[in-house]
Amino acid sequence: MSTITIDPITRIEGHSKVTIQLDEQGEVIGARFHVTQVRGFEKLCQGRPFTEMPALMARICGICPTSHLLASSKACDDIMAVRIPETAEKLRRIMNLAQIVQSHALSFFYLSAPDFLLGMDADPEERNIMGVVRKFPKMAQDGIKLRQFGQRILETLGGKRVHPGWIVPGGVSHPLQADQRDAILAATPEAIRITREALQWFKGQIENFRAEVRSFANFPSMFLAMANDANEFSAYNGWLRFIDANLNIVADHITGTDYMNYIGESCNDDSYLKSTYYKPLGLKDGVYRVGPLARLNMCKSAGTPLANEELAEFRELERHSVLSSFYYHYARLIEILFSIERMQQLLNDPEILSQNVRAHASPNNYEGVGILEAPRGTLIHHYRIDRNGLIESANLVIATGHNNEAINHGVFQVARQFVKSKKLEQGALNRVEAVIRAFDPCLSCSTHAAGMMPLDIQLIAADGEMVDRVRR
Amino acid sequence: MSTAPGVEICTLIIENRECGGRSDQTILDVAEEYGIFIPTLCRLPGLSSIGACRMCLVEVKGSNKLLPACVTKVQEGMEVTVNSERLEAYRRTTLELLFSERNHICSVCVTNGHCDLQSLAQKLGVNHITMPYLHPHVEVDASHPRFIADHNRCILCTRCIRVCAEIEGAHTWDLMGRGTKARVITDLNRPWGESESCTGCGKCVQVCPTGALSEKGQAAGEMMKRRQFLPYLSMMREVGK
Repeated sequence: MSTITIDPITRIEGHSKVTIQLDEQGEVIGARFHVTQVRGFEKLCQGRPFTEMPALMARICGICPTSHLLASSKACDDIMAVRIPETAEKLRRIMNLAQIVQSHALSFFYLSAPDFLLGMDADPEERNIMGVVRKFPKMAQDGIKLRQFGQRILETLGGKRVHPGWIVPGGVSHPLQADQRDAILAATPEAIRITREALQWFKGQIENFRAEVRSFANFPSMFLAMANDANEFSAYNGWLRFIDANLNIVADHITGTDYMNYIGESCNDDSYLKSTYYKPLGLKDGVYRVGPLARLNMCKSAGTPLANEELAEFRELERHSVLSSFYYHYARLIEILFSIERMQQLLNDPEILSQNVRAHASPNNYEGVGILEAPRGTLIHHYRIDRNGLIESANLVIATGHNNEAINHGVFQVARQFVKSKKLEQGALNRVEAVIRAFDPCLSCSTHAAGMMPLDIQLIAADGEMVDRVRR
Repeated sequence: MSTAPGVEICTLIIENRECGGRSDQTILDVAEEYGIFIPTLCRLPGLSSIGACRMCLVEVKGSNKLLPACVTKVQEGMEVTVNSERLEAYRRTTLELLFSERNHICSVCVTNGHCDLQSLAQKLGVNHITMPYLHPHVEVDASHPRFIADHNRCILCTRCIRVCAEIEGAHTWDLMGRGTKARVITDLNRPWGESESCTGCGKCVQVCPTGALSEKGQAAGEMMKRRQFLPYLSMMREVGK
């Protein structure tokens, strides 16, 4: 196979690239997803005070800054060896749930709904959020409202929507006010209404996407997500658990630096995105998935009434574990519903207004790990400090890295099913994009302008020659 | 107006306004008495003025040099211009140079929102840096148990040196090197935590205009500088003379 040149434009802009390899007969024999951006946060934080990490790490992403803020603060709590006040923990959980709502709403309504509403084969000129606004104005309006609901909570609590503050090592910087609580609670019924309607609509659509359900990274794999004693959905508190495709527990009670014994990270020659794998099985056999699908496969119950009903129905899809990555979208909607219900529960607790929201301490450990379920999956921040509290090294394991091998698998499956000739058809191109989008990878954070996900798809023949290429 | 021996009363013009002052007052002192704004950065009432930052440069009729208002004494018949295109350009350029010389990353800085450098830039409309950043590799000294010296954010105003020498009387801080290599240092360039002269009073941290000196344990934007102590201690020093 000849070397595939990475376009310097994509390298600078941080775009992604897909290569598809064909054999002599023109059949697809391989496909790879390449991420061509390098960020360097693990390096540039070295020598900085650990207390600066939450604000610094939040800058990794404009869509999910709150997730990095939370994981980083948890790692700092670990360095300080403090148990943060109960109210602070609840407030952080609300922040995380609001983040899940806004990020999932963005993924579903802005980025993926055009595929569902206008069709996988639709003209890309039309297949975007503006096309949805024109043809399905109510759906578009609802999606915008739902994301706004999440973003407003982040703004109310964290001061601003993008890169909020408030979450600090040891808790949160100031208590919640009664009027803030009331404003958030007052907006929840409308958000629940929108989510339930979207769920009803999406369930009715699944029948039209049988080919996608079959081919969108639909394969037995392990799943990784946060677990707890109650086996309820958990995004903030708990430990990590691996389950296999039959939902049997493979590894459990993984906390702190234990993750290094179970999660291997492998660098790729053709992508800046590392591939992580279940270490005991190695890179080839240790493929697992994280995110909404993994979390719903993991938990026995959601823990809130409406989400529980939806989860029971979701479980019936494939009678046991749900393995098609197309269902990530479905899982996302159930998680939005759960998040809103859980926020209602947390905000109705009178303790939520307590003034005791922060623990203070000097560093007591030289090492700290913060684990969180971010919208896209398990997020790990791991810091080592020197005796003065300056960062010596940092390791960040990010959801899209966990899913990298599964995305590759999905791209291959879709290419095999839909690429039928040496020419890339629009429908095939759209589906390759759509399978990647099902995972809502973090690289879309930097290029989230709807319908503009920059893709460079190359069709490589057996002799290494590039027979077709589509760039957007 | 009573005056000390040898001190005369002068009348002068600042920004087209007739002003009166004593000959031991600076242009800045008199301008402030008349409510005329002149930007400052290194100067802090209660400490001696040194004219280091060049933000308070003004034009004085008859002089082709720009003069720092904080250390230039008033004279009879002086005509002072505080605002002109030339002065505004100088001030903005000076601020840009300060920002480009070291690593001022406001968004993650402990004094974000409470920083003298940041608020002055906002006030003077410096919202872009037009010259290349130097991006020097600058160390952070976190060896003190309570304070951090982040030289990335230091603008060499020397407030820390002055408050330590003039008010606390310890003279722990001083200046080393020249040009872009200049650094404020503790003792004879030993880590702050090993300084024998430092009393740990924290006055330097409070007078520092930026996030260069801060209290440990503060997250981004949390370091609020408290300078209420300075007028009182400064007055007591004068009384004691």
